[in-house]
Amino acid sequence: MSVDQKVDAGRRQLLLVTSAAGGVGAVAAAVPFVASLTPSERAKAAGAPVEVDISKLGPGQMMTVEWRGKPVWIINRTKEMLESLKKTDGEVSDPNSDKPMQPEYAKNETRSIKPEILVAVGICTHLGCSPSDKFKTGAESGVSPDWAGGFLCPCHGSTFDLAGRVYKSKPAPDNLEIPPHKYLADTKILIGEDGKA
Amino acid sequence: MTTKSQAVLDWIDARFPLTSTIKGHLTEYYAPKNFNFWYFFGSLALLVLVIQIVTGIFLVMHYKPDASLNASGVPVAFASVEYIMRDVPGGWIIRYMHSTGASAFFIVVYLHMFRGLLYGSYRKPRELIWIFGTLIFLALMAEAFMGYLLPWGQMSFWGAQVIVNLFSAIPVIGPDLSVVIRGDFVVSDATLNRFFSFHVIAVPLILIGLVAAHIVALHEVGSNNPDGVEIKKKKGADGHPLDGIPFHPYYTVKDIVGVVGFLIVFSFIVFFAPEGGGYFLEFNNFIPADPLKTPPHIAPVWYFTPFYSILRAVTYPLLGIDAKFWGVVAMGAAVVIIAFLPWLDRSPVKSIRYKGGLFKAILAVFVVCFFILGYLGVLPPTPGRTLVSQICSVIYFGFFLLMPWYSKIDKCKPEPDRVTG
Repeated sequence: MSVDQKVDAGRRQLLLVTSAAGGVGAVAAAVPFVASLTPSERAKAAGAPVEVDISKLGPGQMMTVEWRGKPVWIINRTKEMLESLKKTDGEVSDPNSDKPMQPEYAKNETRSIKPEILVAVGICTHLGCSPSDKFKTGAESGVSPDWAGGFLCPCHGSTFDLAGRVYKSKPAPDNLEIPPHKYLADTKILIGEDGKA
Repeated sequence: MTTKSQAVLDWIDARFPLTSTIKGHLTEYYAPKNFNFWYFFGSLALLVLVIQIVTGIFLVMHYKPDASLNASGVPVAFASVEYIMRDVPGGWIIRYMHSTGASAFFIVVYLHMFRGLLYGSYRKPRELIWIFGTLIFLALMAEAFMGYLLPWGQMSFWGAQVIVNLFSAIPVIGPDLSVVIRGDFVVSDATLNRFFSFHVIAVPLILIGLVAAHIVALHEVGSNNPDGVEIKKKKGADGHPLDGIPFHPYYTVKDIVGVVGFLIVFSFIVFFAPEGGGYFLEFNNFIPADPLKTPPHIAPVWYFTPFYSILRAVTYPLLGIDAKFWGVVAMGAAVVIIAFLPWLDRSPVKSIRYKGGLFKAILAVFVVCFFILGYLGVLPPTPGRTLVSQICSVIYFGFFLLMPWYSKIDKCKPEPDRVTG
């Protein structure tokens, strides 16, 4: 250091420019590392549609299939079950399914293509647990004395009716997701593809 | 010392600060002479860290982070843990030491933190020690959470599912962020592998760095003590604090007593109750992960339950954002707020010994609430329990946020000039 204590503005500027350039380089070097954290091509390709035969699914029964690593429920709802949806209209937070949790063709009273067959992703919209079915009504269900049948999430107590609509003031913010699906035949459903998108 | 070994030492000291480091941190580090049993837990935390690292190194030799199914239809990761338990010689005890060590770590650290609360160890000039400590607590929670996924049991899977989904509650970036954390759209093999990497490499490195910073900062300012008075204010003719004694041999010997007591309890659990009644190793985790079925009741491991209860206690949406997001915020704030204690406590004295009845009563209520929150966190929610957890959450935050007020009006006793022994 010379006796002259003044800052050499030219050198200081060079220092700033090189530091900035180095910083840009460091950020650029981080790109592949961050990218590696996102889903791989294999993970992205794993979402193949699933074909399900529902000919053996009797009224009031439910089956679970795996699609993209998630449980998808198929429920054959009875008349009484469908009736219960009218009763729960006033108790659920999004009765008309206004939030985009379903394809257009399932934005109806029963949230399904065929009124009795409900196809829904069995993952609670709160924190992703899989709710348990509570089809028994009333006090027998263990949920509440005026229970109309539906689903109870064991993790944080969210409840859903038989169309997967979430009850008011529960932790889950949205109705259960209805996956894209279509009927290949009367009793054959393809989950994950609807020929629309 | 013989001249020859002295010569070797001199040779090293000319190239590396060996003697001065030993002096500065052990033989001439003067610690207050009045440490009581509460001061065991710092060195015990260090011991448990060593146990976890050593057992962890050996577990990694046999464990396989692989979610694919083996020939018998069991996930490879789950099967490899069972392999360690049944077929690896000594594997069961190494694994039980590691799983019991996780719970022991939190017991010791919670007691260590409570000691700080009792004696005002976070007060000036020890704010940075306290902040490093809070960061250690956070790193420890991350470490425990990611380690819990590795056995790939039902609780591993659904616990990770719930906690990762917490991040999706953040507005705008949330859903994408949770995908980046999982590396997939669901908790999967990609998630298992990255959690393994974080659990065995990244977080332990951070943890060790933070522990080093915690101790260096402590040795820079010196330890607090049960009286909360600064021993450095009264020094003898030799320049050492009158109320200080060298850490070695006095406290190394004392800490060995703590270590022996700890190891007796620790061994008892490892040998006779490694599952800790379902609290250290949850029963549902002996079932392989099934992405299609959540167990009827899921609860986090006991050390997370107070914070989990706070998360569940938030049931009201606010500012047009879901309750879910605010629950996450409350849970995060419950941990982070601990770091602000040095600036929240306005009491003229540090130690509980000289604080007034008001502070003692509020601290007692706080501790009771913390236990209630912890207890409720393992139970399924009911409207009544949610209400209790809401009340306790408010008290939890009240303890911190009202501290500037009540610590000021509290009638304290005068601090002594020197430690009282």
